[in-house]
Amino acid sequence: MRLIVPLQGVVQGRGGLILGSLIPCALYYCLQLYLKRRRPSKPDPPSPSQSSSNLAELPRTLSRSSLSTRGSMGRVRISSRVSWVAKPNDSPYYIGLDRASEDPYDRVDNPDGVIQLGLSENRLCLDLIEKWVSANLMESIVGTEGGHFSISGIAAYQPFDGMTELKVAMASFMSQIMGRSVSFDPSQIVLTSGATPAVEILSFCLADHGNAFLVPTPYYPGFDRDMRWRTGVELIPVHCRSTDNFTLNITVLDQAYSQARKRGVKVQGVLISNPSNPVGNLLSREMLCSLLDFAQEKNIHIISDEIFAGSMYGSEEFVSMAEIVDSEDFEKSRVHIIYGLSKDLSIPGFRVGVLYSYNESVLAAAKKLTRFSPISSLTQRLIISMLSDTRFIQEYLQINKKRVKDLYDLFVAGLQQLGINCAKSSAGLYCWADMSGLIRSYGEKGELELWDKLLNTAKINVTPGSACHCIEPGWFRCCFTTLTPEDVPVVIDRIRKVTETIKSSS
Amino acid sequence: MTRTRPADPSTNRSKSTGGGGGTTVMRVIVPLQGVVQGRGGLVLGSLIPCALFYFLQLYLKRHRSNPNPPTPPPSPESESEQAGQLVELPVLPRSLSRALLSPRGAGGPVYVSGRANSVLKGGESPYDVGLRKVAEDPYDELGNQNGVIQLGLDENKLSLDLVGDWLVDNAKDAILGGDELGISGIVCYQPLDGLMELKVAVAGFMSQVMGKSVFFDPSQIVLTAGATPAIEILSFCLADSGNAFLVPAPYYPGLDRDVKWRTGVEIIPVPCRSADKFNLSITALDRAFNQAKKRGLKVRGIIISNPSNPVGSLYSRESLYNLLDFAREKNIHIISNEIFSGSMHGSEEFVSMAEIVESEDLDRNRVHIVYGLSKDLSLPGFRAGAIYSYNKNVLAAAKKLTRFSSISSPSQRLLISMLSDTKFIRKFIDTSRERLRAMYLKFVTGLNQLGIECTKSNGGFSCWADMSGLIRSYSEKGEFELWDRLLNVAKLNVTPGSSCHCIEPGWFRFCFTTLTEKDIPVVMERIRKISETCKSHS
Repeated sequence: MRLIVPLQGVVQGRGGLILGSLIPCALYYCLQLYLKRRRPSKPDPPSPSQSSSNLAELPRTLSRSSLSTRGSMGRVRISSRVSWVAKPNDSPYYIGLDRASEDPYDRVDNPDGVIQLGLSENRLCLDLIEKWVSANLMESIVGTEGGHFSISGIAAYQPFDGMTELKVAMASFMSQIMGRSVSFDPSQIVLTSGATPAVEILSFCLADHGNAFLVPTPYYPGFDRDMRWRTGVELIPVHCRSTDNFTLNITVLDQAYSQARKRGVKVQGVLISNPSNPVGNLLSREMLCSLLDFAQEKNIHIISDEIFAGSMYGSEEFVSMAEIVDSEDFEKSRVHIIYGLSKDLSIPGFRVGVLYSYNESVLAAAKKLTRFSPISSLTQRLIISMLSDTRFIQEYLQINKKRVKDLYDLFVAGLQQLGINCAKSSAGLYCWADMSGLIRSYGEKGELELWDKLLNTAKINVTPGSACHCIEPGWFRCCFTTLTPEDVPVVIDRIRKVTETIKSSS
Repeated sequence: MTRTRPADPSTNRSKSTGGGGGTTVMRVIVPLQGVVQGRGGLVLGSLIPCALFYFLQLYLKRHRSNPNPPTPPPSPESESEQAGQLVELPVLPRSLSRALLSPRGAGGPVYVSGRANSVLKGGESPYDVGLRKVAEDPYDELGNQNGVIQLGLDENKLSLDLVGDWLVDNAKDAILGGDELGISGIVCYQPLDGLMELKVAVAGFMSQVMGKSVFFDPSQIVLTAGATPAIEILSFCLADSGNAFLVPAPYYPGLDRDVKWRTGVEIIPVPCRSADKFNLSITALDRAFNQAKKRGLKVRGIIISNPSNPVGSLYSRESLYNLLDFAREKNIHIISNEIFSGSMHGSEEFVSMAEIVESEDLDRNRVHIVYGLSKDLSLPGFRAGAIYSYNKNVLAAAKKLTRFSSISSPSQRLLISMLSDTKFIRKFIDTSRERLRAMYLKFVTGLNQLGIECTKSNGGFSCWADMSGLIRSYSEKGEFELWDRLLNVAKLNVTPGSSCHCIEPGWFRFCFTTLTEKDIPVVMERIRKISETCKSHS
């Protein structure tokens, strides 16, 4: 009876043998193996492993002379969390963007170049911006003539989370965009260098490493980088389908939530984009209310990305999450809104983003984190006067809306002539086109084949649905606002050629 | 082999209820026979893993936010004998139906992340308190003579007039003209890691500032919105959460935030002493490295600032070589923050890490330089910083991470023309150094007259003053008391050494470049009053 029972208590129950002893022992063994592997190769003691007590202690040879100084040594490693960030892009979204910027189409200089339909950038109203900037640049930076010019207002340190004047101007601009009935409080605004860092800062503030957000698909491909890269947060896709015109369904959301919980993943919030990117549809008032109910029930956050709120071309009315939260008696501290001037004012190069939150802790933390993503004060001054010029803003919004709508109609009509239908949409700088009739195999592979043909044969960079995590193959996002009306026939013609080769070969 | 099948549960129960310990031992199967063979294998191979597993389960159970109700044990009558087991808990049915919860009511406050809380929890350090006090009640020669004078912010206002004049003359052409792209050159999406023209201009400026012999390759530059995100991005790229950097102390108070906040990386201060004029000794570095290793911390690199902030001293060529040797020996990175390299006021020569690396065929992959235009061009509001790295992987990752910290295009265009205006830049650098030197001399002389000595410094906007003679108790507490009196009685915001992790109490950093010459007598007078009350008390 010399054997000692190590695990008496655990073994008592049924299954205790395996669960209580084999598993931990196996785990422990694997852990040791793993640790051993990971150790930087240390020389093993030469003597056999038994009776190792009287090993001659080797003197450590770390004297600097014995190392070949200024020679070669093991390569120094970078951190494992960015080693995959450093790798070349593998998402078709980014591959396409790179291709289009390497060989951009130009009607005169490079007619065989790649036409950019993958970047949601609005170039339709650059003339208006240019006119305003050249008329008002010096005044906004340097001040009015005769007035006292203070260089410290631009050159010196400013609050990282944005100047108060800009917050005030931004709040009233947002009210104007999102419907007069909503009022935004400047003290709830944190300004960042673009909406991208605003999304990342929220991800840092609302979730810890290993937590997750639910995101209705298809969603903007950049979210994977913004929400996940440095934060270690997961995104759980909640699939929307073409039969529902890709609108969110609370039942599906609930299922995704429960599944995540079963996997042991803690869900910290829901991330929506409204107007949705890439589909361009809007979330209805009822849907926003049920989303808020859902978030309340699960006690989680809602991030509403409303960066396209001012880029409307449809007849439907946009309802901001802020309006719902203000009008009804919801608990506000779980609601956070993302906005920016890159889309609605078509100045992405200025890098101006907004984080609007009802949660004081989030605001306080976000303000501190803006030290990593501040806006240059020169740009802030410029935008303060631009947004304060109400006549210009009004005129701009009107003309912009008309131009976006005209181009949308032109582009969608062109696609329809080729038999390509788009999802019903009301906003955004893109349309969401159903090309499933053109793919050879109904799957992601077929979709990527078509995308490859469009990019390399037709020289059109569009974003495939799979890059947006769309569950149905064959959908593509086409951003049309980088085109001029004259470019549209060229694009349609290039697509026609591809569709013809596909139809003839099948 | 002994039996490998667990006993039937029913017999198990009947025997264990009726029998003593002996029968139980008989029936139990040895799970780990192979491991148990060796000496000590019993403990190491089975008890430890089982104990670990048990604690892991406990831990996981604790951290479940919403614990599932315990499943009722199959045989309560026997198990209830086991002491400490609560099996009689009534099992509550889960009530998650939506009607039961009052919607739109109190659902408990929603949680923010633990890391957001840790950002908030830090509270205000003396450094922050001082900056806030100045913001609330700034001194003005005419408007607010009793306000707080700012000596805590690394900002150079001595030559702002030159920048202002240039802006008035050139801003419009710089932003709108110059480029055939016109407006689309500033409003449209641009590469997030900076315009190539600006990289070329910054590389040229860096060469000019750091000594003509150094060449900087624009393709090794990644531009960021200030040096702050540049440091954070490097911290992300070089270290994983839980790793550490060695940093010679005293160091810049903001570094703790830049390196640690979002990355989960730790800083291990390497104390430097006044006896060595706060120069870094490799022995101390080695000791800190070994201690960290003993604590199980993986050290991934060293972060130095050269010229040092707050001391203002320079690293000699020899000490840079030694640092590189050390880094190579330990196979770690070096981040050299050279943001003050153009703001020299002493006679010593500044040597950039780039020069050392370029001059010999060293393995360069471990060297990363941080630079920015906030100090040397007095443009902190423009938020223009740079990472200069010799490591391709770091550059590739950093370029992608600039999506979170990009510089706005109008500022980039403006900086391109400003830096390309060589006549202006040369004049600016010369004038700026001259004014900096004059100011430094005046300020240090003023302090000396009060009996306060400063360490010898060659660069930067601050002097590092020894006020240990004025503190009542030679400790951090004494230093804090003096800092508090300086801020609240004398209305001077200075940075105490403890904020810079200085190991010796009584040192203070005075940034003098936000002052005008007329302010110096006011500052000295205020310090004199405090030092007199200190002396009269003691």
